[in-house]
Amino acid sequence: MSATGTVLRAVALARLREQPLRLLATVAAISLGVALATAVFLINAGALNEFGLAARKLVGEADLIVRGSRAGFDESVFVELAGQPGVREASPALELEVAPLGETSALRVLAIDPFRAAWVQPELVAGLAPRLLDLLEPDTIVLSAAAARELGLGAGDRLELRAGTSEYVLKVLDVMPEAAYPQRLGVMDIATAQAAFGRLGLVNRVDLRLEPGADRERLRERLAELLPDGVSAQTPDVERNRAAEVTRAYRVNLNMLAMVALLTGAFLVFSTQALAVLRRRTSLGLMRALGATRGQVELALTAEGAALGAAGAITGVLLGQLIASVALAKLGGDLGGGYFEASSLAAKPQPGILAAFFLIGTAVAALGAWAPARDAARVEPARALKAGDAERAMDRVRPAWPGLLLFGAGAVAAWLPPVGGLPLFGYASVALLLLGGLLLVPAFAARVLALLPRPRKVALGTAVAQLKGSAGLAGVSLAAIIVSFSLMVAMAIMVYSFRESFEHWLNEVLPADVHLRVGSASDTANWSSGDQAIIAATEGVARVRFQRQQPVLFDPARPPVALLAREVGEDGEGLPLVRGADARLPDGAAQAWISEAMVDLHGLEVGETFDLPLAGKTWRMAVAGVWRDYGHTAGAIVVDRAWYIAATGDAAASEGAIWLAPGADVETVIARIRSRFERGETLQVASGSAVKEISMQIFDRAFAVTYLLEAVAVAIGLAGVAFAFSSQALARRAEFGMLRHVGMLRRQVIAMLAGEGAMLGALGVAYGLALGGVLSLVLVYVINRQSFNWSIDLAVPWLQLGALAALLVSAAAVTAMASGRAATSDSAVRAVREDW
Amino acid sequence: MKVGGAARGLAALAGAALAWLVAAVAPADEVRGRHVAYPAVVPGHLLEFPRDFGAHPDFRTEWWYATGWLESAEGETLGFQVTFFRTRPDVPQDNPSGFAARQLIIAHAALSDPARGRLWHEQRIARASHGLAGAAEGDTDVWLDRWRLRRDGGRYLARVAGEQLSFELALEPTQPPMLNGDAGFSRKGREPGSASYYYSLPHLAVTGEVARDGRRVAVTGEAWLDQEWSTALLDREATGWDWIGINLDDGGALMAFRLRDASGGSHWAAGSWRRPDGTLVTFGPDEVEFIPGRRWRSPRTGIEFPVEWRVRAGALDLELLPLMDDQESDSRYTTGAVYWEGAVRARSADREVGRGYLELTGYGEPLRLPGSSPP
Repeated sequence: MSATGTVLRAVALARLREQPLRLLATVAAISLGVALATAVFLINAGALNEFGLAARKLVGEADLIVRGSRAGFDESVFVELAGQPGVREASPALELEVAPLGETSALRVLAIDPFRAAWVQPELVAGLAPRLLDLLEPDTIVLSAAAARELGLGAGDRLELRAGTSEYVLKVLDVMPEAAYPQRLGVMDIATAQAAFGRLGLVNRVDLRLEPGADRERLRERLAELLPDGVSAQTPDVERNRAAEVTRAYRVNLNMLAMVALLTGAFLVFSTQALAVLRRRTSLGLMRALGATRGQVELALTAEGAALGAAGAITGVLLGQLIASVALAKLGGDLGGGYFEASSLAAKPQPGILAAFFLIGTAVAALGAWAPARDAARVEPARALKAGDAERAMDRVRPAWPGLLLFGAGAVAAWLPPVGGLPLFGYASVALLLLGGLLLVPAFAARVLALLPRPRKVALGTAVAQLKGSAGLAGVSLAAIIVSFSLMVAMAIMVYSFRESFEHWLNEVLPADVHLRVGSASDTANWSSGDQAIIAATEGVARVRFQRQQPVLFDPARPPVALLAREVGEDGEGLPLVRGADARLPDGAAQAWISEAMVDLHGLEVGETFDLPLAGKTWRMAVAGVWRDYGHTAGAIVVDRAWYIAATGDAAASEGAIWLAPGADVETVIARIRSRFERGETLQVASGSAVKEISMQIFDRAFAVTYLLEAVAVAIGLAGVAFAFSSQALARRAEFGMLRHVGMLRRQVIAMLAGEGAMLGALGVAYGLALGGVLSLVLVYVINRQSFNWSIDLAVPWLQLGALAALLVSAAAVTAMASGRAATSDSAVRAVREDW
Repeated sequence: MKVGGAARGLAALAGAALAWLVAAVAPADEVRGRHVAYPAVVPGHLLEFPRDFGAHPDFRTEWWYATGWLESAEGETLGFQVTFFRTRPDVPQDNPSGFAARQLIIAHAALSDPARGRLWHEQRIARASHGLAGAAEGDTDVWLDRWRLRRDGGRYLARVAGEQLSFELALEPTQPPMLNGDAGFSRKGREPGSASYYYSLPHLAVTGEVARDGRRVAVTGEAWLDQEWSTALLDREATGWDWIGINLDDGGALMAFRLRDASGGSHWAAGSWRRPDGTLVTFGPDEVEFIPGRRWRSPRTGIEFPVEWRVRAGALDLELLPLMDDQESDSRYTTGAVYWEGAVRARSADREVGRGYLELTGYGEPLRLPGSSPP
């Protein structure tokens, strides 16, 4: 056996024999961090994979995709495209969101001519093949497996939809195999859809396959001249990217949170190893004295960390896989965030990814162990063998400048713009600030502890003296608390700020007593002007404000933005305005109020003009104001409804807001409205407060994962505190023995430890609060803004933070006491003797 | 692969449509679907040309079927087949949508190329809409995007524009139409409604160009064209058919077919023989005999087709030998619509007496598809 092996065995076995429970806890902490990181990654990968797969199936083998707004363009465009030189196949389609009765989310319907689509989406059409000719029957639809499952329908069932305010029934012919399309989709014949949804003569998408060797870019340019306003030809890449863009920021954020958990776990390894190494300084010194080389000791200690990491990582990846599977099955790929259409994703075990996370976990643990290992190995054996050396080892003066430098760099990074729509510098900023903040901890601890007055009471006095005398060691213990607590604080402030802003925003956008929609947001469920008159005339209704909402393809390269035609006051009254127009608007342009995302994504500003494709024409609009919008991540434009109706002739409405007459009862009025319409019970009519309540529930669900990650960070942090104290307490058994010899009671020793714990905890909490506060600024003003393109107002949840701080401080005191109790259970004589 | 993927989707389609289009069951008089009342095929109807060269959109099914032998400028012997189907699906006729599928057009094209050892095959299907596909009445003109078959100045122009295979052929009639069955009323089974209107144009002189994978070559040759329309073609018992159309070297022509039942035996048969002098002999079920010879198993579908035959029709006794064995129209992604359609030589007393085409259907599974059963 090699000498290194002997040293390794001596080191590791000694440790294992000493503290099996502690080791188990460290392994568990790493395991938890790795599990979270793995799970979030797998969930994201699964969702993204499904998302990408769905996009690919729909893009199919198209070389160019011609698209206009959802409202559509004349089908003669398709005929013209089919005849273009260079075009081999042209496949017309009508893509619609329809509103299944009684469902909260819309169903995407792709209406195609299957015979032509076979050239472009062969897999999708192959999925229809068995019932292909039956699809020519009127009022028939084939559902994807996911849609059938979620709507609870099977072949032969009736799918009830809203078209206008009336009911429209389709027959479900068949359910496609799972492989044909992974998400919710209904496929119809284009002739059926045109007739059923009042879109005669219209299509809104034409897929093109080109002749081999045709120059796609030149053809695209030629088509640009030929296509009507607002209709353009895009390459499939653009199409696929646009689909993924919607969720990218959300996904990256989740991944980052997962990495934070992993990092916290790694840090825990560092702090436990650092303390463990300190505690075993004497035995390590002995080993060195017996002939083990510096390199052997360093390697042995690092290997020990790696072994802990490996044990944690292997259980972590397995746990992560399990969490991912359960979460996907229960919550869907967006973890309840509402970004992806929910469907059954299976988190397939991906050995490569699991192996990667295993390696990362192990490496991070080894790295955490390496720094203390190096320190320990460097010490002269003779010195290490002396008692009390542990503290001296930590007393090496740590200069403050690296910490300040990192902190400064973090602050600078916060001001940099997003990269490719992602707040990469924001993340860098958080990492730098955190690291810088940690490096500053020992210096901070030393200064603050130096300032502490010495209380009279023996126990507390000794505690303070002890802390003052071992500021370096205290710094290490503190770091674990600070990492977890500051991150927790930052996240808590961010989520709370968002929640407050969101609630405030809801009150602004949902001011009415009753809000109504025909069905889920869709292209087919609308209130006609007749319906609107009926609602307005309903007894108990004082005032109604209707709104028409539809997606428009503002920039073909980006996801469609929402166009909201509604009543707007002269200066944007009634909108949650961030800023309005001070200057006079250009003449001849209609007023538009844009959401913040339009500013961030499309570079528009107040006073500027832009072109809006609408109803086959292009309208010049002037930005009269910018409003805050949490409803449409891709951007939204509000125009005056009177102007909209004049411009398009479209007087239908998708939503309405009702103010009641004095004394009218909400439920009675809702019942009256329902009774006026066919299948009125399925209309979405709810009081303003109910809508707000539901919205807040959705919000909380979307952030459930964040809460979960937070909780885990707290748990890991608390574990860190417990470890720090218990290892210290054990290391200081000799000291306790001495204190008992000089007359301190065991009770007093324990009280002293509690005092130390509480003080250290308080110190860590205070520092964590400050650091977390700084981090939260980056989260709120940089990462949030750059990820989601909306602003939120900073709000601090003092109560929550206070409670958490108290919890942490008392946890520190309690664990310190508990470990003190364990450490002082030996007889004082034995404890003192141990030192010799 | 791009082409493969699209072809798979398309094969599924074309197969489904094809199976549906022949799998009609015949009631007695008029054929009433759920939405459409199709006219019945009745005896005594007088065929009139050029009117009946055109489409008969009221009937459920119609096809123009050109087959023939070609000699290329490079000295190759090739077989070609180009078919345009028209079918009227049983869907409501009142959908005002421009895409309403009142008529479907299906086109198949194949080239038997012994050097390749299997067919070049292309297929397309579209609804007749927006002028992009359709079948005109009054005279032959049926088109599907860039594919087309039309009669122009007495001759037929056939254009096929596939991904791998393209044709540009002129087919010049040298003889008048040969009316099959009873003056064009061709019975297909024991049930009286199982019948079609059916005439053939043998001995068409062919000139033009054929392109494989973009490689063009000039060709000349001799072809055969069938036009047939009906509403209910197959009896319930019929599971497939064997058909030949042979241009005899002496200037005569033989068309013969038989319908098989589930046991593989003959369910019905008939034929027409035009003598070199132009006189027509028609054969009834008892006078036509199809005797299968050597079999060939498709390596793709595993289906066994008899590729050599002895056909007796009246006094004629012909031995049929294929230009090549593998002339299977590959629709392996469909259930049932795999067929063999190939160039054959006709021999009699060990001497070649003519060339033509042999069609074998229903050897894999009966020509019916689950889910697209007729009304």
